[in-house]
Amino acid sequence: MTTSTSLDKRLILVDKAITTYGNRKDALLEILHIAHNVYGYLDKKILLHISEKLNIPPSQVYGVATFYNYFKLKKPGSHAITFCLGTACYVKGAEEILSALEKEFNIRRGETSADGKISVFATRCVGACAMAPNVIVDDEMIGKATKEQVLEKVRKLLEGERSET
Amino acid sequence: MKPEEIQKIAETEHDLRMAYKYRINVCCSSGCLPFGAQKLLKAFEDAVKELGLEKVCKVARTGCVGTCSVAPVVLIDPGNHLYQNVKPEDVKKIVQEHIINGRVLEECVYKNEAYFSKQYRLILRNAGKIDPLRIEDYIAVGGYSALAKALTHMTPEQVIYEISLSGLRGRGGAGFPTGQKWNFVAKSTAKPKYVVANLDEGDPGVFANRTLAEADPHAIVEGMVIAAYAVGAEKGFIYIRSEYPLAIQTLKKAIEQAKSYGLLGNNILGSTLNFDIELRLGAGAFVAGEETAILSSIEGLRATPRPRPPYPAVSGLWGKPTLVNNVETLANVPLIILNGGAWFSKIGTPKCTGTKCFSLTGKVKNPGLIEVPMGITLKEIVYEIGGGVPEGRKFKAVLVGGPSGGCLPENMLSLPIDYESLTQAGAIMGSGGIVVIDDESCIVDTARFFIDFCMDESCGKCVPCRAGIPKVKEILDKIMTGEGKVEDLNVLEDLSYLIRDASLCGLGQTAPNPVLTTLKYFKQEYLTHIVERKCPAGKCVLKKVEVIKE
Amino acid sequence: MSERIVKLIIDGKEVFAKPTDTILKAATDNGIYIPTLCYLEGLTPHGGCRLCVVEVKGNPKLMTSCTTPVSNNMEITTNSPKLVKYRKQIIELLLSERIHTCSVCVANGNCELQELASKFGVDHTSVSRNWERFELDMSHERFVLDHNRCILCTRCIRVCDEIEGVHTLDIKKRGKDSMIIVDLDEPWAASYSCTECGKCSAVCPVGAIYIKGKHLSETKKKELPEFIVRRRSR
Repeated sequence: MTTSTSLDKRLILVDKAITTYGNRKDALLEILHIAHNVYGYLDKKILLHISEKLNIPPSQVYGVATFYNYFKLKKPGSHAITFCLGTACYVKGAEEILSALEKEFNIRRGETSADGKISVFATRCVGACAMAPNVIVDDEMIGKATKEQVLEKVRKLLEGERSET
Repeated sequence: MKPEEIQKIAETEHDLRMAYKYRINVCCSSGCLPFGAQKLLKAFEDAVKELGLEKVCKVARTGCVGTCSVAPVVLIDPGNHLYQNVKPEDVKKIVQEHIINGRVLEECVYKNEAYFSKQYRLILRNAGKIDPLRIEDYIAVGGYSALAKALTHMTPEQVIYEISLSGLRGRGGAGFPTGQKWNFVAKSTAKPKYVVANLDEGDPGVFANRTLAEADPHAIVEGMVIAAYAVGAEKGFIYIRSEYPLAIQTLKKAIEQAKSYGLLGNNILGSTLNFDIELRLGAGAFVAGEETAILSSIEGLRATPRPRPPYPAVSGLWGKPTLVNNVETLANVPLIILNGGAWFSKIGTPKCTGTKCFSLTGKVKNPGLIEVPMGITLKEIVYEIGGGVPEGRKFKAVLVGGPSGGCLPENMLSLPIDYESLTQAGAIMGSGGIVVIDDESCIVDTARFFIDFCMDESCGKCVPCRAGIPKVKEILDKIMTGEGKVEDLNVLEDLSYLIRDASLCGLGQTAPNPVLTTLKYFKQEYLTHIVERKCPAGKCVLKKVEVIKE
Repeated sequence: MSERIVKLIIDGKEVFAKPTDTILKAATDNGIYIPTLCYLEGLTPHGGCRLCVVEVKGNPKLMTSCTTPVSNNMEITTNSPKLVKYRKQIIELLLSERIHTCSVCVANGNCELQELASKFGVDHTSVSRNWERFELDMSHERFVLDHNRCILCTRCIRVCDEIEGVHTLDIKKRGKDSMIIVDLDEPWAASYSCTECGKCSAVCPVGAIYIKGKHLSETKKKELPEFIVRRRSR
């Protein structure tokens, strides 16, 4: 859980980056990247903070943050399952695996499960097309993925989580 | 640093390289890393040490060889022996047999003559051969000598002349003559000027630029510095997708090294040229790869394209003259400067010179990254390099040019690869994606997939693209669920023409290509869906069985 | 110096313009009509609605007349059958993109989209209409923001930024999901930057931003809003 001190530390990191860029307005995207890295997502508080520091209108900051797919504005689940839906992966059946996962775990792409445990994302091409279809579970890349393999992996992940708590 | 010093480093490094009898190149690029390349590198280093071969054999971390389907791979020189699917437990055996006994382990070697013989590796010449994290490796193979030549022996005008003479055209997709573009920027009087290297490779199924950045980052940097000299720019940006962490790291390191060697910064190589490069990360927007949208994004704005004119050459970043080039275009530059524009113009076809990298994926036996001379036919790429469709399946179509490319049938395979031929056929060069689909794929579904992609990636600025593409998708959905009517095909075509002709930027203007080409070459399959309510590939039937049964 | 004159041909008619003029200005000055929607004199041209596209001889691409400067000996066609067809299609797309029901709209009779539709004889849409409903923002005591009627022309954003100088409004998301936002996507009443000047409602070509309880015919003048005229003369 986040305590107020760790929050401050993260804010210091963001502020440091802003200073490095000399509060330049054109660094907005870079600053959003850094804030997204340290917080894991971008909430309105941090967006407003960046808006004030860079002297960019809040609506513009919000417009930029929501334009780019990479930035998440909601807290993601503790595990991220990312499906590559690039052409090569699609042709090799990534959609089928994703649908199966959505069905089994009752979750839709782009969303986080009600218990906050898993988030499912669809991305366009991770660039490992020769190994298609690719699924990334947390930080591990599964190449030439099969439906069984991915479902099993996620089941294990959730089991592990249960036994930990 | 002085120009002569580059030569000196090159000689020393070359001698160092020659001191080893063998060089084991372990591919550590994005294609191989997830499959244990890092461990493999360690295993080779350990094995070489254990067997006391440190003086004979150099183990190097390198970029991509291109055969990503058999990852991880290891390339042993001399002889270009490519070991495939190497596991850490095989390492000792390979070292023992190959290095000590001098016997190539044929059973572990990648066997596909055509994969190499049909390729022409110009831009990727160093990929898999040098350590991308060492600038010395690049210098050893002649790196930065083109920059030295340009700065000491050529005027900016002469540089542009050679680029024009080479016939080099933009590799980002549209194929605009590079020399002409440089000339426009050079002629603009406003200051400062900028150079932007476009590495926002957003096409799903394309990874050529990433491979280049991971395997040979200094080729991009050198190309940019030469471009800066030619057009009179003092600041450069490399705009790269945030989805490419390894490429980002590699480029960062390359920029640092170039700075410490005085190849970036003030008075480059003792000349009056001042030029610096900053890395800018994208954040998941395909449209940001568009020539004007990339400018908005670098300025920290929503990546929406701007109407042209004014062209970036006149009014680009912050309203100043800006040269926007794809990284593959830039990587060609050092070669042209070294060997001359006339040399380059003889590669490929007269109107379309040089080579092009393609990501060959989908239903082929040997997917991977290839570089071929312009003018090669699709057939050679798909059947000879790619090895054709895997056994038991039938070739159906090849998608050329990414999500807004065209879907071409078998009888178009004799088409030579060049900008004009592809455009005429309804496809585009795009950033070089070739995806083969077989009879398991439904044509309507394929068109819908691409339209869906373009719908998600539309920036929303102009009406035809923002409001038109969703309607195209809706009609395709109707056809796929058996609710389509024959008249829908006319609406589909009409809408596609509108989006193609009236959209603001390249994304919208090319988005209808998959629909238009499938309507042109595979109309029967649409009609089968509508009239017979059947999906020949069996794909759509699965989705709405009830509708189709009645 | 600026008096250097450029000669061009629009629809077969020889006209003269200043080199800094856009095609649209040259045409309008010479009594040639080109339809526009996102364009508003005095604001930075947007080039988004694509209604003002024209054909320029020798250029295979259609050019937006609101952004393209004139050049000597340019030959322009503003109303070929192809252009008329495209404009009609664009109006159809706009009408089907969100809920446009004129009879229950405050802008009825005073709407630029409606006017264009009747001018171009759009009597039906060949594509299906979208009936997804967005929540209205009625939080503010004076203004209403109705996304269902918005055509994303960004006039309100530009006037708020360029004339009023506050940039309260912007767009969130992208593509078909684009939507006008107030500050950090807050209800209008919670806005900390809005000066309540009302310029956004004055420039809205449709009924997406309006003043509560008033029909647009009462709040919106047909001629160029005064604040823009003032700025232009500066």
